[in-house]
Amino acid sequence: MSSIQIGQGGHGHGSPGHGGRQRSFEGLPHEHPKVASHFRSLEDQNDAGKLGMWLFLTTEVLLFAGFFCSYAVFRMLYPAAFHNASHHYLSWKIGFANTVVLLLSSWTVAMAIRSAQLNQQVRIRLYLLITILCGLFFLIVKIGWEYIPKIQKGELPMGLYSYVHGEFDQEPLFLSIYWVATATHGLHVLIGVLLLSWLLWRSTKLHFGPRSYLALENVGLYWHLVDLIWIFLFPLLYLI
Amino acid sequence: MSSIPNKPIAGHRGHAPEIHAGHGHHDEGSFLAPKESLAKTVMSWVWTIDHKKIGVMYMVATLFAFLLGGLAALALRLELLEPNILVNGKMTGQLFGDLTLTRADGSSTTITGNNIYNRLYTLHGAIMVFLFIIPAIPAALGNFFLPLMLGAKDVAFPRLNLLSWYVYVAGGVMAVASIVMGGVETGWTFYTPYSSTTSYGATTLMILSVFVLGFSSIFTGINFVVTVHKLRMPGMGWFDMPLFVWATYATAIIQVLATPVIGITVLLLAIERVFHIGIFDPALGGDPVLFQHFFWFYSHPAVYIMILPGMGIISEVIATHARKKIFGYKGVAFSSIAIAAISFLVWGHHMFTSQGEVASVIFSAITFLVAIPTAIKVFAWVATLYKGSIAWNTPMLYALVFLFTFTIGGLTGPPLAVLSADLHLHDTYFVVAHFHYVMMGGTVMALLAGLHHWWPKMFGRMYNENAARLGCLLVFIGFNVTFFTQFYLGLHGMPRRYATYVPEFQTGHQISTVGSWILAAGLFTHMFTFLASLFGGRKAPDNPWGSLTMEWDTETPPIEHNFHHEPVWTHGAYDYDDTIPPRTREGEWPLPPPLPAGAKAH
Repeated sequence: MSSIQIGQGGHGHGSPGHGGRQRSFEGLPHEHPKVASHFRSLEDQNDAGKLGMWLFLTTEVLLFAGFFCSYAVFRMLYPAAFHNASHHYLSWKIGFANTVVLLLSSWTVAMAIRSAQLNQQVRIRLYLLITILCGLFFLIVKIGWEYIPKIQKGELPMGLYSYVHGEFDQEPLFLSIYWVATATHGLHVLIGVLLLSWLLWRSTKLHFGPRSYLALENVGLYWHLVDLIWIFLFPLLYLI
Repeated sequence: MSSIPNKPIAGHRGHAPEIHAGHGHHDEGSFLAPKESLAKTVMSWVWTIDHKKIGVMYMVATLFAFLLGGLAALALRLELLEPNILVNGKMTGQLFGDLTLTRADGSSTTITGNNIYNRLYTLHGAIMVFLFIIPAIPAALGNFFLPLMLGAKDVAFPRLNLLSWYVYVAGGVMAVASIVMGGVETGWTFYTPYSSTTSYGATTLMILSVFVLGFSSIFTGINFVVTVHKLRMPGMGWFDMPLFVWATYATAIIQVLATPVIGITVLLLAIERVFHIGIFDPALGGDPVLFQHFFWFYSHPAVYIMILPGMGIISEVIATHARKKIFGYKGVAFSSIAIAAISFLVWGHHMFTSQGEVASVIFSAITFLVAIPTAIKVFAWVATLYKGSIAWNTPMLYALVFLFTFTIGGLTGPPLAVLSADLHLHDTYFVVAHFHYVMMGGTVMALLAGLHHWWPKMFGRMYNENAARLGCLLVFIGFNVTFFTQFYLGLHGMPRRYATYVPEFQTGHQISTVGSWILAAGLFTHMFTFLASLFGGRKAPDNPWGSLTMEWDTETPPIEHNFHHEPVWTHGAYDYDDTIPPRTREGEWPLPPPLPAGAKAH
């Protein structure tokens, strides 16, 4: 079954002018995506992969829901302490810079997928590289400008808190949520950077093209979700 | 066989049924067939991505967990044989004495006998819930039969499936290690502050094991949802799927949507234990009731992860062994989805004594809604039995046991959902009896029905029917003696989780303990019957029950790629009125006589 589907060829192999590398018909890995024997067609396999990814993203949303729910409960219980903590401990400028960077990276990863659909091999790599750099920028800012100064000043979760200028008793609770939520999010950014690097390596092997971009798309979806979670964390922790 | 038929062999009325004489094609061996050498055979299991092998591996692992949890339960019942009372200054009736543990640095700690009891019921609960009853049906039987029933070659993501098994084993090892390394005395619910500040056991490890096990459950859930969406055989629509598939699908949705919440809950709890972040600690401004909300937001839907696949098995077993079209197919299918949906809205009924009054009233009202889809199922099964041609074999006997015990379990739910009654019954043996009637009387009975129903297909051997019937009888008697007594004890005020009791309760406790021995005898009878069938059982035919679902329309045991040819859907899963079962001898399963002209089938 699968061989028939593969043999049907793809879009635009013969047509010139798609930019990127043009080689002879056979031999490009992305023109012959493997179809596992239990799928009837490449379409089925891609649909299954994407559905699986969406389900996984659902679980991610529910995982982070735990943080948002805790935040909501304690914000309601201690509004003054949380308001004060948000302005006292966190700089909205750093948060804003990271927000801009992540939004930019969401656009570049989407463009990487688009480039694969158009078979523009060089652009795939370029956009992936920019995305990775954005992710690294985010992590460096987070660690270098937030985590390390906070550790030095003792602005730590409740049990480790040693900061001396706190105004409200519940401010450490805000920091607990800040640390746990942003660290979990940061871990997701790190995993995303690793996945994107893996894609970059694969793109140099010409694994992606108009018929073969499922991995790009799935990692892209994951990256958008990581971005989206930050879009919610930023105002809740830094602004209000 | 010279001519290779292209469609599944199912003779319809008026057609000459095509019969598979023996095992025609031998281009592929059974999935159980050993490889050239022992090493290769072992590796063929270790690295397998075959859903059937993974299903068998899950079955072995979960049944081992069942044994471990069951032995703990027997020890608990033994401790409760006599109350612990002081006679002439000496404590009697204790099964467990004080235990002094010495650490590596020379310091030592003493655990009292009662504390060992606490550790044992935590062990029993945690192992039974997280290692046995949640994965037992979906991951073992579901893995094996869901793709077969859909006419698929495998689940959508076979490697993820294998990973899920290894993650499960890793979580299981962590759970067992936490018991060896000092145990956990919090109860399986890990309520704060027991679990955050007053616990001295290996609680963090146990909590992390629950976190790890959650991944395994999520992987299975994602796999099953995608498999049902994408890998149904050509011609099979949503409403042609067997009801076990519907039930497993509903379960998988709950697994995907609920499990991440227990993940974040236990993660926060572990961080709380290590770093004291204060989220659940009232002394630091946190809220221990928030933990209960988080915990039950998962653990109530998890109750339906446990029972829904069992309900699916009962639908298959009753239709097959009564040779009747299932009554109200769509009602049964949609009730699974309805149960899955409602399951997310009732977690507060575990917290009537700890949350606000308005919340309790709302949760109480929604809780009653669960009874509706559940009752739809029970009535549909009973209606299916009506005028059916009932075979009194072990799967059917267990289905009938299920109807009996699960109905008792179900009907003792509403007294607990009523706020005024629950204030008396909360944390008593009535609750213990209720959930054992639902979980053991429901899920375990359904699992036993399913194991006996599908055993011949899985391993190609028949078991001794009379021995299995004897086991069923012992389990039925033992189960009811053990747990019905506990309704009585609970109504009279016996609280759960105590190692001792006032002397008035002794008769009840002794009856219950004797019941646990009968129950154990029944379960061990099954174990030996199954083991004996593997080594000396009669070879099983391809379709011993004359069933119409797709998993019987292949070799026994199935070949590695499930079917010789890509199957096409040709007949309903329950059309016993007009379809001759595939792969059966001519005349073995005759069709019912045609109805007189003008008569209606139902």
